[in-house]
Order: sequence, then structure tokens, then C-alpha cells
Amino acid sequence: MAKASGKDLVHPSEIVDANVDVVMVHDLTGPLAVEAFKKIGVDKVWDNKKIVIILDHQVPAESVKAAELHKMMRKFAKEQGIVLYDVGKGGICHQVMPEKGHVIPGNLIVGADSHTCTYGAFGAFATGIGSTEAASVFATGKIWLKVPSTVKINVKGQFQNYVTPKDLILHIISEVGADGATYKSVEFTGPAIKNMNMSGRLTLCNMAVEMGAKNGVVEPDEVTTHFLKGRTNKSLPTFDSLKSDPNAKYEKEIDIDVTELLPQVAVPPCVDNVKAASELANERIEQAFIGSCTNGRIEDLRLAAQILKGRTVKESVRTLVIPASKEVYSLALKEGLIEIFTDAGAMVCGSTCGPCLGGHIGLLAAGETCISTSNRNFIGRMGSKEANVFLASPATVAASAVTGKITDPQTLEANRK
Amino acid sequence: MKIHGKAIKFGDNVDTDVILPGKYLTLIDPSELARHALEGIDPSFPEKAKRGVIIIGGKNFGCGSSREQAPLALKYAGVQCVLAESFARIFFRNAINIGLPVVDCKGISTFANDNDDLVADFDLGDIKNLTTRESIHASRLPQFILEILTDGGLIENLRKRLKKK
Repeated sequence: MAKASGKDLVHPSEIVDANVDVVMVHDLTGPLAVEAFKKIGVDKVWDNKKIVIILDHQVPAESVKAAELHKMMRKFAKEQGIVLYDVGKGGICHQVMPEKGHVIPGNLIVGADSHTCTYGAFGAFATGIGSTEAASVFATGKIWLKVPSTVKINVKGQFQNYVTPKDLILHIISEVGADGATYKSVEFTGPAIKNMNMSGRLTLCNMAVEMGAKNGVVEPDEVTTHFLKGRTNKSLPTFDSLKSDPNAKYEKEIDIDVTELLPQVAVPPCVDNVKAASELANERIEQAFIGSCTNGRIEDLRLAAQILKGRTVKESVRTLVIPASKEVYSLALKEGLIEIFTDAGAMVCGSTCGPCLGGHIGLLAAGETCISTSNRNFIGRMGSKEANVFLASPATVAASAVTGKITDPQTLEANRK
Repeated sequence: MKIHGKAIKFGDNVDTDVILPGKYLTLIDPSELARHALEGIDPSFPEKAKRGVIIIGGKNFGCGSSREQAPLALKYAGVQCVLAESFARIFFRNAINIGLPVVDCKGISTFANDNDDLVADFDLGDIKNLTTRESIHASRLPQFILEILTDGGLIENLRKRLKKK
């Protein structure tokens, strides 16, 4: 934040006027941003190379209304010379942004989507904003930000089989609370994070907002460099400048050993209401959803496929698998995962946010229950306000799809014949 | 800036999915959005809000998605301002940016009840309950935020600033 505001040093609570490196909008927040931009009275955006538009929430268009909004976004992108990832070319914004090299460590990124905090996994400062503010950034390239204090989460230990970064972040949110990190920065650090792949780090940072955080962040390292290789021709900063100062002051520190951590499930209607999957074993489900910006990556699909291979999902369970991007979809196809899913009786859809926000594909009726790898279980999130959404890892969702009840994947796999 | 209105009270963690469910996000006309304001908690809310109300919220008001349609729906339904124990940060910024006054106020959830007659003075950070004849201190918003609100939102404020240049 100091670098972005031309200062040597900034302190918590200080308000800075920061230069934005990249701003992203999608099909649900973009139209209001474009309308607001037109009212500002400038013809051209400040820098068309620093704006990214991704159509992902209601694609392919699920209604004439959505189609009109998509048309409006395409027109704006063309007029201004802004890159737009259209249907079938990109996927979910928070997966496409890193895949296509729009996320660089040390950058200041804002996005008109609350899960923009995902990009902190690369050591970028990234946070969610609204449409009007995105319009203001389109015009000026600047945004005011309050420097947050930081909560440090030290994670050590080895994950057990079928226990994942999703289980870790659900556990962290239950410890911190749904508003426990409001306005704060959450830094994930320690040996277990160092050993974690990019996919896991993205899952952690993605859900930082579910404890109210302004951003989540992981120090960039060789795992980061490896992921970015061949994805961007922008020069990467030296990571030394992006490491936490050894004498950094934290508002709070939390130590976690993942060795004893078991598969976790967030019980509706709060993300911080978390129990072990085994405690919910009698909970019947009608739908299982594997996908979203939280858990729709190739590693997530591999894990789900490992559980579903040679099995079929319960007759009474609709199982939806939605790869987070075209790249993930293609890889899953090459690796034979898509065949495992369809053989098991799951439906595989093209990359979209889909049921996560109750926009389209796989909505729930009153009285129905879904177990989902997504990030929110609020009332009415996936359709009817009398439906229930439980949140869990891809392993737990896949295991539950097989039995028709919330199921600990460790138990299911222990009984594999 | 002083706002006078009747209180409607909600609890903790009122999220943007109950303020405006995802299925309405393809609506961009604010008056259409207003018809679904707080539908997830109380479908009769738009009818109640018509007279111009003040929402009293608990902790973490507006948590969840970045959808600006949530504060827009409230504003156009007739909500004059939101006073809450605390706000989720994107909702807080969005509300200010669209010109819906919001301020956090510790103790507000026990200070006011449904239908209490309230006056919120945003310049002083002072809330008066005319029904109970009590008053309470809210946070004071920084001057530049008060200016955005007085101008009616960020776009109007930005137009003004760009003209000055």
C-alpha cells in the first residue's frame, strides 16, 4: 500500500490514495459500473490495459435480461479496448485472473466481487469493491484505502488424507468468527502454508472475506513463481520486498496444527458455524456441488474423482461438477476426470459460478439440502430461502454424493472394497 | 446532515443475499431492485420502508457479496440511513458511494426499538431517540466521506472534483 501511494512507509488506520495496478469487473457488477462510468463525464478509461472484464456469473446467458447485460459489456470493452473473457474462453473470474497472468505479486488489485481477496495467494494486495467504485477507478486509476492491521495465522503440521485447505479455512473462520477480521488483513504463514500448492493457498485467501477481512495474503515464493511461469510477460518484483518484516506488529496471532484436523463442514446459515463432518452424519442431502472460485480447480476435481472413481452417486442426489475455467476443464478432460464424473452419475457443466450464488443452474427448492464446495451458506443463497446449504471440501462433498448423507471421506475411503 | 425517521430493527450478520437475493442481480433499475429489498428476511419490508425509515442493524451488517444492488435496493425502497453496531467493509463503502448514509454506532441495537422516532446527526456523530428521550454517540465519518454523502454519491462527488481541476 505504501508503494501504491508513493510512500516509504504506511501505518494501520492511515488513509492512502492508492494507484491501482489492475481492476476487474464481471457480468453482474460490470453493467452498473459502466452506467456509473458514463455519468462521470470522461470519454476514455484511465488505462485500458489495466482493466479486465470477465463474464462468469450468468453464463451462458440464462435470460434475455442477462443476454442484454452481456451485450452491453461486450460493447463497452470493444469501445474502450479492454480485454473481455467471454463465454467458453475464460471461466470464473478468480481462476481466470491468475491463469491469464493478470495477478502479479506486489500489485494492488481491486475487483467488483467480494472474493477478489483470492489473489492475495500470490502476495498481491487484492480486495473487493462495488460497481460505482470500479467506475471511479476506470476514470482515475485511484482508490482511497485505509491501511489495515494484520492478523497472523501460523499453520504447521501435515494434513491427513482427505483433509484439505478448505477444511483448514473453515476451521480458521470458526475460530475467528464471521466478523472477527473485519477491515483487517489476514496473513497465512508457517510450514504448512510453505508446503501448500497454489490451489490450496487460493482457497485460503478466497475465504478471508468470510471472516470480514479486507484481504488475505501469503508470502510469494518458488511455488508462486512456478505457477506464474509462462503465464505473464510482466516482470516479477523481487520477493524480498514482499516478505513480512521480522519485527512486524500483529494485532493478533493464531497458531494452528493441522495434524489432528478432521474434515470440516459449515452448517447453515453461517460460515462460522463449523462442525466435523462425522458429527453431521445423519444429514440427508438432495444436491452435491463441486466447483466455484473456492474449490473448482484441477486439484479439487482430482480429489473428488479419486473418491467417485468406480462408484456411483446416490440415486436421490443431483451431483453437479463445474470446473472453474476452460483450462481446468481441458485438463480434467485429458486426465479422464470428466469420464469418472459422468460414469458416477454426476452432471458436468461449463465453467460458470452457477449455483454458488443462486443465479442459475442447480437452484434448490424449499426443504432441500445441498452440500457444496463453495463459500457461502446464507439463507436463500442457492435458491429457495427454505433450502439449506452446507459447505465442505471436494472430498467431503464427493463422499456425501455417494451416500446421500453428509459423510466423512476418511470413513468412506476406509470402507472401500 | 441530519436524518429523521422511524426505526426498523434487524439482528446480527444481515447478509447481502437476504438484502437482495442473487436471482435479482440482472435487474439494474433501482426501483425494480427496491421491490425485493430485504426479501430474504421480510418480504413486506418494501411496503414498510415506503414512509422513509432508519434501519438499525446489529454486528457485521451487509456481510457477503460486493453487490451494490443491496444498498441500492434499500435506498430506493425508502431507507434513509443505516445505523449498525458494525458493518462489513464492502457494503459500507458501497452505501456511501451510492449516497446512502451509514455509520457504526456501538450500543445502537439496544438503544432503539422498532418504530422509535430517531434523529441521526452525521456531522456530529450523534443519534437522538425522541421516543425514549435518550441519545448516543456514533462514529464520526471523515470529512471527505461526509462530502461524498452530501453530494449524493461518489459519481457526483467525482464529477465535481474533476470539474475543479
